[in-house]
Amino acid sequence: MDDIGWLSVTGRILWQFLPVWICLAVTFAVSIRYKRSLGLYGKLFDSTIGMIGFAMVMFWVFTAVFADMVATHDVLSQISQMKNKPPGTVVPAGTSHYLLGGDHLGRDVFSRMVVGSRIVIQIAPLATMFAFMVGITIGLPAAYYGGTLDTVLSFMANLILAFPVILLFYLLVTPEIVATGLPQYMGLVLFLFPILFLVVLVNSRYYVKPQFRNVVVGLIVLVGGFFYLALVSEPESAVAILPRRLDFLSVPGNILIVFVSVVFVNSPTVFRIVRGITLDIKTRDYVSAAQTRGERPWYIMLWEILPNARGPLIVDFCLRIGYTTILLGTLGFFGLGLSPESPDWGSTINAGRKLLTVAPHPAIFPALALMSLVLGLNLLADGLREESLKD
Amino acid sequence: MSPADYEGPILEIERLSISFFTRLREIPAVMDFSCTVQPGEAMGLVGESGCGKSTVALAVMRYLGKNGRITGGSIRFKGRDLVNMSDEELRHIRGSEIAMIYQEPMASLNPAMRIGDQLAEVPMIHAGVSREEALRRAREVVSDVRLPDPDRMLRSYPHQLSGGQQQRIVIAMALMSKPSLLILDEPTTALDVTVEAAVVDLVKDLREKYGTSILFISHNLGLVMDVCDRLCVMYSGEAVETGSIKDVFDRMQHPYTQALFRSIPLPGADKNARPLISIPGNFPLPHERPNGCNFGPRCSYFEAGRCDAADVPMFAVDGHDRHETRCIRFREIDWAAPPKVARTTEKAVPGRVVLKMEDLKKYYEVAANSLFGKSGAKKVVKANETLSFEAREGETLAIVGESGCGKSTFAKVLMGLETATSGRIMLYDRDIQSTPIEKRSTDTVSGVQMVFQNPFDTLNPSMTVGRQIIRALEIFGEGKTDEDRRNRMLELLDLVKLPRQFADRMPRQLSGGQKQRVGIARAFAGGAKVVVADEPVSALDVSVQAAVTDLLMEIQRKNKTTLLFISHDLSIVRYLSDRVMVMYLGHVVELGTTDQVFSPPYHPYTEALLSAVPIADTHVQKKRIVLEGDIPSAMNPPPGCPFQTRCRWKSKVPGNLCETEVPPMRQLAEGHQIKCHLPDSELARMEPVIKIAAE
Amino acid sequence: MLRFLLKRIGTMLLTALCLTFIVFVLTNLSPNLEKLAKSELGARISDREVESWLAKYGHDRPILVRYGEWLGVAPGWVSEDQGVPFGRCLPRGGDPASAPRYCGILQGHWGQSTVFKAPVTDILWERLRLTGILMFWVMALMVPVSLLIGVLAGMREGSKLDRTLSTFSIATTATPEYVSGVIFIVVFSSSAVGLKWFSGTAASAATDGITFYNFFLPVLTIALYGIGYIARMTRASMTEVMTAQYIRTARLKGVSPRDVVMKHALRNALIAPFTVIMLQFPWLLNGVVIVETLFNYKGFGWTLVQAAGNNDIDLLLACSVVAVFVVLVTQLISDIGYVYLNPRIRIS
Repeated sequence: MDDIGWLSVTGRILWQFLPVWICLAVTFAVSIRYKRSLGLYGKLFDSTIGMIGFAMVMFWVFTAVFADMVATHDVLSQISQMKNKPPGTVVPAGTSHYLLGGDHLGRDVFSRMVVGSRIVIQIAPLATMFAFMVGITIGLPAAYYGGTLDTVLSFMANLILAFPVILLFYLLVTPEIVATGLPQYMGLVLFLFPILFLVVLVNSRYYVKPQFRNVVVGLIVLVGGFFYLALVSEPESAVAILPRRLDFLSVPGNILIVFVSVVFVNSPTVFRIVRGITLDIKTRDYVSAAQTRGERPWYIMLWEILPNARGPLIVDFCLRIGYTTILLGTLGFFGLGLSPESPDWGSTINAGRKLLTVAPHPAIFPALALMSLVLGLNLLADGLREESLKD
Repeated sequence: MSPADYEGPILEIERLSISFFTRLREIPAVMDFSCTVQPGEAMGLVGESGCGKSTVALAVMRYLGKNGRITGGSIRFKGRDLVNMSDEELRHIRGSEIAMIYQEPMASLNPAMRIGDQLAEVPMIHAGVSREEALRRAREVVSDVRLPDPDRMLRSYPHQLSGGQQQRIVIAMALMSKPSLLILDEPTTALDVTVEAAVVDLVKDLREKYGTSILFISHNLGLVMDVCDRLCVMYSGEAVETGSIKDVFDRMQHPYTQALFRSIPLPGADKNARPLISIPGNFPLPHERPNGCNFGPRCSYFEAGRCDAADVPMFAVDGHDRHETRCIRFREIDWAAPPKVARTTEKAVPGRVVLKMEDLKKYYEVAANSLFGKSGAKKVVKANETLSFEAREGETLAIVGESGCGKSTFAKVLMGLETATSGRIMLYDRDIQSTPIEKRSTDTVSGVQMVFQNPFDTLNPSMTVGRQIIRALEIFGEGKTDEDRRNRMLELLDLVKLPRQFADRMPRQLSGGQKQRVGIARAFAGGAKVVVADEPVSALDVSVQAAVTDLLMEIQRKNKTTLLFISHDLSIVRYLSDRVMVMYLGHVVELGTTDQVFSPPYHPYTEALLSAVPIADTHVQKKRIVLEGDIPSAMNPPPGCPFQTRCRWKSKVPGNLCETEVPPMRQLAEGHQIKCHLPDSELARMEPVIKIAAE
Repeated sequence: MLRFLLKRIGTMLLTALCLTFIVFVLTNLSPNLEKLAKSELGARISDREVESWLAKYGHDRPILVRYGEWLGVAPGWVSEDQGVPFGRCLPRGGDPASAPRYCGILQGHWGQSTVFKAPVTDILWERLRLTGILMFWVMALMVPVSLLIGVLAGMREGSKLDRTLSTFSIATTATPEYVSGVIFIVVFSSSAVGLKWFSGTAASAATDGITFYNFFLPVLTIALYGIGYIARMTRASMTEVMTAQYIRTARLKGVSPRDVVMKHALRNALIAPFTVIMLQFPWLLNGVVIVETLFNYKGFGWTLVQAAGNNDIDLLLACSVVAVFVVLVTQLISDIGYVYLNPRIRIS
């Protein structure tokens, strides 16, 4: 086999993405067919910008799902002859090509880029979701009650916001911090929020029907609690609550600290947004109506105010996933948290940037991948905003 | 012909059609609209929201936005065609020959520019004068609109002025270049009644002084009667009747005009003997207009096959002065026939005392300077000062007052959202003044409920109508199973006369009146004994107001509810209430039965309020009482009597009693109290404000 | 106004105190100190030796006391080695009698950098000067360009110009510095594309002086991300103002379209972006760190990375103080500017 030119490289890459194309086509066909009955999601397909954004995001989501099928080589195996080889170079064994060339250690750039999407697609939305839960659970009461509570919480939020993000990362995401067990303690608090959130959500609405409430809350506590324990407990570390046999979820310390710190950086901003919207909505008459019929504060916050804040929050959610992606890339770029072999985009750019003027391909392709995902999320948010403002 | 020596109508609109274009369709906003304004004449445009009256005004200014377009007809200003005028020519006419005054004065003024600069701009653009000269003219006009201290005004920013002052500035701005045509688009809707009366008075005076023609847009027939010579009634994008005030008010020739007059409370209407007649059905949406006459489906004179056959043209009414109507059957209808009264009811006898207030006080502490920190002196705002009254079962007690009078605070204290500073509130035999709502028993909470003002805000937009009523039932502990509550909810919908299918609708699919009905159903979910209705109909269109008021009265009669009706509209208060309480700056200034309050002797404030409310009846003669200045801020009330700064009777009180002492509550007659220093002899000399002329 | 200022400054100092304390705690965790001891004495020392070293150099006392010393409100530690007294404020061999009791940052003692083997203050001033130059050019490029784009796009919402500019803004906000920097280097300075217009490193800018050739790419890289963000804010603010009723008033007064924008819309529309520009500083600081690392420009950001990467506690603390200070001061300026620009708040 011989090295191949740009044209066939492009062709082969497109072919490798075949499962992604099929899924994209199916998603769009189904969504456009039923767009009138899908609410805001359906309206997205009226906006060109929104559709382009959605396609770009879904492309990477499906790529992450089918990464094993799309990738052509193992992401860690090094072939020394392939160091910094340009795209389309055939491997020494002659069986296949490095479609986007080899990096400085002779690994396949294309496969690393594809598999790297997994890390982003797994962490970014999840971390953003946690940041939203924290921001919402704190922002709602701050704005609703006002007064000292608001002053204290706002001060704390501003405290975090005044930290330059990189400094915070450099202070938090270090092996020393992992050694103290701090990330696990923070995780201990952080992962409690979803359970707390759900329990309060259910209780505030269904306390008038105690039997039903008891069943649902019990279920949430049991299932959520088990997941929680499994998630936070790590054998042979500061937090080892569950016996090893039951501990089915294991998050390595360095991933956990990345996750925790990204949530930490995002929550104050979400807090501010939620607080602003709540201050506006709480003056509405339907909130007064709820108060005058004796509703409890948490019901009003979670069932009267929050649902009506969903428009701007959904838009911000999309934007924020993009921002989180950028943050994850920043961490990788400074070699913080994730292991150096990790195929995530930030680390790959970091590894490739030293030889940029000689061999640009190891850095430029993950850079473009990251940009396209964030751009997609931004366009998606823009489309959503535009469509939700109509009528 | 030069514009200067033009002698003809100032404004001629002929067969004007305007449409808005959306992505999906063309929405006609105004169809076949004609009207003429002669020099010095004031023309009123009346109609409910969405009838196209503001669109006509903006079309005259050629300011229809990106989506609006004039699709037919012509607009001629002093003989010049406005529709095809170039932007440059148009710019010279705007602000110099045609000026406009808007609904919300605060929003119409640039927040970051001094008043003086905003005013001076007009002559600087149109007359090309220097800044100094322009400012000199601005100063003149500012004193013309009766604003105190013109120099300070010119240096101020808009937010430093009160609403009434801002509107005067907007008027001054319009008058800067002495325009030939002045367009006023609901210029007083955002203002309090007494302030509104002063502004209207000013407009009338200035019109005489400057000889300007006026196009006056309003939904309020009384105001139009006050200001205009002629009027044009619009319905769903069309002019349905046009003529002189006298003709249209007394010899109307269109069923819509007639229905409109029958649905507003005029003196003489009475909830038991002569109830209002609401217009059935809803205003048609612009793209769902019926064939033929737009008013057809709601008209009691409707004749199938004729009224819905083809578009109805305007017909001239013979023998009247330029009186036209858009009704095919206008010659056949007996306009003088009295309305068929649906049913009269017996006056309900008030039962035992349900609610009793004794010396209720509510003070707030606020930071003197809210932006710049907590330090600095705290100020006490006396929102409610010694409120005492009782309300009986089945009775309607109206609470009347303008902004800052403390009526909303009072409602909050009663509902338990705030606790009283001192005094007592007794509901039956329970003290509730210091029990916040979370500590009240379900019984108390469901017993005192509220109907809110703004229909677009009263329902949670992301919950179905049924769900919201069921939630209230759950909270009030009504019904044992979900099934029970569902049935009860459907019954409540029946009670407020909404179809049962509405249970699964979202609030955005309902009209304003329908939402208000849901709000009423929700308030009565727990069998409320006392219902506070905070201006429940003021945001609704005139034709819907009657229906909602009627519904409220009917449920009240059925449930023997005590209704506390908060309002600033004395017409409706006179129509439906048994007793009236007038409030000013936290004080109750007068309390008595409806008849007592509406006839002399009055409290001076009540007198001014009565005079300020516009009444759409040509037979009514009103005494003209214009209050000087604005309502003082509750943060900074005047010493002594709260009303002394604007009172016209002050000089009749010996000494400086008014400025030093708060008057005591005096008993004038059985159940009639006022808070005033005026001696009995002066009170006895008061004349009625409203007189109905004998025919 | 004065009271407002005092209150803001009070909050700012409190924030600074909290933040520096957090940084102090995080940099003085026991693993960090252990690492420090090992780097001073060699990697193979026993735990006992580590402990005694820490005790000797005052690292074993409560964290609050150490924070107080660093700040300069608690007396510095004193220790002795083979009978020779020394301490925080007393260099080895110095005169114990004349040594000051307090020596923290309040007294101007910022400590010694272990990486650069020099006093922290000397290093910091030079680095800050270099970064200052970079920031100046970034601002000079970013602010006018972004405001222009925003105002042009917002003037006529939905027009072709608006669509083009908005798409451009979105694209730049979606491109973090480490991506745009990489792309620029590849396109403009690598042999792969061959357009060798600019230098891919700014190392020479610090030593040989600034030229368009070696400085344009880093400046552009930082500015680009901000441009999109500020332009979008400006556009949103501008479109909102253009639909406001007072703009209608101005139009119907006969004000020419140019004056409507210049005299009536602009000032109101710039209030929001002004705050945004100021609050961009924390993010700009990020950009500076990334770009200085990427382009090898030895300024403040580069120093911060070196200090953090090499456990240089004093230098890292000093960098944090500067960073936090810059952020807080810009917030203060933004508040004051907002009040100044907005007469509604100024006079009330």
